[in-house]
Amino acid sequence: MKFFFFHLMPYAHLDLDYDKTYPGAYLTLPNSYYDPKKGAPLYHRYLDELELADRLGFDGVCVNEHHQTAYGMMPAPNLLAGALTRSVKNATICVLGRALPITDNPIAIAEEFAMLDNLAEGRFIAGFVRGLGTEYHASMANPSFSHERFHEAHNLIVRAWTETGPFAFDGKHYRYQYVNLWPRPYQTPHPPIWIPSQGSRETYEWAAHPDRKYTYLITFNPAEAVKRNLDAYARQCETYGYECGPGQLGWALPIYVAETDEVANREAANHIEVFFNKFINSPAEYKLPPGYSSMASYKYVMETKFKVREQFLTHETLTGNGMFVCGGPETVTEILARRFDEMGYGNLVCMLQFGTLPRDLTEKSMTLFANEVMPKLRHLGERSPAPLAAAPAGG
Amino acid sequence: MVDHTRETIHVNGCAIEVLRGGTGPGLLFLHGAGGASDWAPYMDRLAERFEIAVPSHPGFGRSDTPGWLDSMSDLAYFYLDAFEAMGLDDVHVVGNSLGGWLACEIAVRSTERMRSLTLVGAAGIPVDGVPMGDIFLWNPEDRVRNVYHDRTVAEARLARNPSEEEADIALKNYFTTSRLAWSPRFCNPDLAKWLHRIRIPTMILWGAEDKVFPPAYGEAYAASIPGSRLRIVPECGHLPHQEKTDAFLDAVTAIAEEAAP
Repeated sequence: MKFFFFHLMPYAHLDLDYDKTYPGAYLTLPNSYYDPKKGAPLYHRYLDELELADRLGFDGVCVNEHHQTAYGMMPAPNLLAGALTRSVKNATICVLGRALPITDNPIAIAEEFAMLDNLAEGRFIAGFVRGLGTEYHASMANPSFSHERFHEAHNLIVRAWTETGPFAFDGKHYRYQYVNLWPRPYQTPHPPIWIPSQGSRETYEWAAHPDRKYTYLITFNPAEAVKRNLDAYARQCETYGYECGPGQLGWALPIYVAETDEVANREAANHIEVFFNKFINSPAEYKLPPGYSSMASYKYVMETKFKVREQFLTHETLTGNGMFVCGGPETVTEILARRFDEMGYGNLVCMLQFGTLPRDLTEKSMTLFANEVMPKLRHLGERSPAPLAAAPAGG
Repeated sequence: MVDHTRETIHVNGCAIEVLRGGTGPGLLFLHGAGGASDWAPYMDRLAERFEIAVPSHPGFGRSDTPGWLDSMSDLAYFYLDAFEAMGLDDVHVVGNSLGGWLACEIAVRSTERMRSLTLVGAAGIPVDGVPMGDIFLWNPEDRVRNVYHDRTVAEARLARNPSEEEADIALKNYFTTSRLAWSPRFCNPDLAKWLHRIRIPTMILWGAEDKVFPPAYGEAYAASIPGSRLRIVPECGHLPHQEKTDAFLDAVTAIAEEAAP
């Protein structure tokens, strides 16, 4: 089992009464709610937490990309990943991920990731995503072409990483006369690629393909849905004629550990409810612009998932359905081990800071997790080694 | 209700549905983002004076969604072919919203088969400093409420329970609209450069209370199309043909008479 410390970098000083006036923490929440005098120290606190994760023995530290929102203060995650290359000594630096379709110049992502791979001397994982629906409102990228642009940008980036330049790239959305990447990536053939996903069939069929074998990471879902999606990915691998080890499967979720279950529940309840109800929350039209998904899945999601999200999600609901794991070290260990037996994931991406969770509680939870949970779960999934080996060039 | 037909025509392998009815000079109605897949009261009124054809654009209503449809330019060239297939020549063209934009994209390419043009709350050109409404951020209720000025009309519309087929068509129309108009948002930044090529009698009809494209958009069209006439309809939203059908019919008739041979 590999353990990754993931940070969303929420604007924790958000006036939580904002939702009396605005429908969500994205896009139309005025940026007057952001106070740079409070935000600047927050960036440094969060970088401290990522550095602490390295010292505590996490295998990786992770950042990601969101735009025009209090949910995450990282429109440019590569800046922070770059800062971490100077201070993180052992952990792998992961950008999970960059949203490919919303950029008009994917070469810039290939270049920045190659720089990070060099700076980290190969301790780097590249995540590719389509981005949340709101990113399409924020960037004006047409959601109707999201899939086309994702695949084209991915192919361009992998070719730029692996082929000797210059070469020309002829796509529908991206066309280049000269692709000739300086620097080339440090890792050969290229950095490992992870695909964080909400679980669409199209994504796992593509990610599991023998040319790619990308690590498939299911984020922020009830445990039952995580299992269903990871199972679907594993079955897809079998369809392709190979067995996927735990290293190809990942689960990302918020976790909180305290001395006892009682203390953990008391300390975390409000912060996790704030995270799911104040930070993630936004109207359906923000999250799912027309064309971002197929019409069939648009109808399905509108009628199922978003109906659930309209209700206030309590601490009890979130721990009950497995979207949040909270408790003393024994309870957390027991739940994660049981989930491993059910799901077979080999990468646990732990969001140990969420919403308004303050520094002292974050550091306590991280430390307890690293010292009392990780050692007991380490051995799980070891039967399939080398999960982080670079995928073969492809696409 | 005027007798009308619903037929499917094929244009270069793409099947589209066309509603037809009425007698008189030929008139082509190009629908907006909401589509026009079923005969409507304003069509009845038009059909009293014109022989009308109301196609559902590719990607809308019960028409095919062809793989080649990426932009309004694609749609404009499709219609240059479709005029022929529909047997339309010397026709009065009326376009609302997205359909008004489409009418202009066709007209700057060729007005050979057009006798007059009526733009009704047309999309298509940017007006700096005058934000348009964001139909992609509005929820389904606001998408109805914000296109009508008269609240009772909007509420009556919302009170209707659409059939499953109607709901599916509405979703299809919404998706295709996004494909064609997400970015640049509801406009072609190059279009205004070529609007001077439209030299047929042109009427520009606008709801004074249009929240999708405020009347400044109509004024910008009037300033760009030589000799065009601008009429602002008081107490009217984005769909004058539905909300103020008399004023709509007067405007279409007036420009058709001006264009009479």
